[in-house]
Amino acid sequence: MDKLRVLVVDDEFGIRSGIKRILDKFEVDYPFMDDPIGFEVSEADTGEKAIEMLEAEKFDIVLLDNKLPGIQGVEVLEFINSKKIDSKVVMITSYASLELAVRVTKEGAIDFVPKPFTPQELRSSLENITKQIFLRHMTTKLQKEGKQIRFQFLSMLSHELKAPVNAVEGYLNIIKEHNCGDNIAEYMPMIDRSLERLNAMRSIIMDMLDLTKIESRQAKNNVQPVDFCQVAKICMSTLQPMAIQKDVKIYLNCSGPVVMDFDPDDLEIILNNIFSNAVKYNKDGGRVDCNFTDNESNVEILVADTGIGISEEDQQKLFKEFVRIKTDETRKIPGSGLGLSIVKRILENYDSEISMESELNKGTTIKIKINK
Amino acid sequence: MSKLNKTILLAEDDFDYLFLVKFRLEAAGFDVITANSQKEAELLVNTSDFDAAVFDLMMENDDSGFVLAYMSKKIKPEVPVVITTAVAAETGMSFDNDNSWVKADLYLEKGVQAERLAEELMRLLGII
Repeated sequence: MDKLRVLVVDDEFGIRSGIKRILDKFEVDYPFMDDPIGFEVSEADTGEKAIEMLEAEKFDIVLLDNKLPGIQGVEVLEFINSKKIDSKVVMITSYASLELAVRVTKEGAIDFVPKPFTPQELRSSLENITKQIFLRHMTTKLQKEGKQIRFQFLSMLSHELKAPVNAVEGYLNIIKEHNCGDNIAEYMPMIDRSLERLNAMRSIIMDMLDLTKIESRQAKNNVQPVDFCQVAKICMSTLQPMAIQKDVKIYLNCSGPVVMDFDPDDLEIILNNIFSNAVKYNKDGGRVDCNFTDNESNVEILVADTGIGISEEDQQKLFKEFVRIKTDETRKIPGSGLGLSIVKRILENYDSEISMESELNKGTTIKIKINK
Repeated sequence: MSKLNKTILLAEDDFDYLFLVKFRLEAAGFDVITANSQKEAELLVNTSDFDAAVFDLMMENDDSGFVLAYMSKKIKPEVPVVITTAVAAETGMSFDNDNSWVKADLYLEKGVQAERLAEELMRLLGII
């Protein structure tokens, strides 16, 4: 949005060229704009010509004289209204009367500049209109972007929720129709898979709730001194059953309390996600090492696992919503594809960095640095 | 069910859905070869013989099914291709067989219509 198109409608050549001269050199600049906005001026010497041009092209602003040789300016204004043309109209006229002013304002003219006017009068009128146009433009743009993101999110979500429904429904139909005979043992793997898919579906829903919480409440609303090691211990004990099942040992290296200001709920969500990834994508008999370092200016969290690792290509995608790296190893591991994007969203509210190092079949190390 | 002597190439990255579709197709009398990623399927498109193909739309990439359909039609234009998807209804994505650059023969919504697939394949192959 660098130039606004202005149509000057006036039968006096002097007025048209005068306005053109003034606007050619004029730019509107506000602190909230990236670039100043300039003007590109077109001219029409009659109302008829103006209507022709308005039908063919888009003009942001129309500077309209009322007293024209053929149809009057006010009729051009009526035309603009009846065709719902998206142009802001400023009346410029020497036969200014209150009656006319009232009439054109009723018809939607946005401003009224009586002739003769000084360059400054014209400029200040245009400055106001430009600001309005700019703000409206930005509002629609932001609304569109917001809608676009929500739309993508919802379609991804519906896809992710439909997949387990389809799977479970398919298994249930086979069982219902006794497609594998009457021996109930034949159906046990299908029942197990169904339960696993339902479990994964629950974890998507839980993560969705986390995301909704993050989105709806004020960021960092409960910041207080928190001992990171204490919270880590709680998270670890929650994960213990899964770790035992996978025969993964978790080691927490905390020499003393590591305290800094943080929202304890945020920290719990972060650590739960990082720890559970380290266990889930580990190998049987593997280990997870967690280190918390209390530096002068920051706290560093390091979570290293001896798991399946992530290829460099896949590492790029990892923090996006609903991204699950699909390999033979991850295929059967349930997950929502939301965990790391949740972690990233929370960390964005703090002065922090998250990075990872990973090697296929060796393991992954997640490093989070939070500045005090 | 009598053997149809027709082989279906089935590409699907959802482990369970792959099992279920394979199960249904085999029950209907088809032979089924499977791939659980776009990458695997690309290899099979190029190296194996099949009478019809069923591609899941979203695998490693959002358009995996399209890419596979395009490849398959290039090598074997006469082999019917079905694209299955779970997203069509929600996203309002419409597949226009005539205007699309991808010439899939049929688009099927996953889920309820899984059972319809065997029937549709028979129709496409001129068996029924």
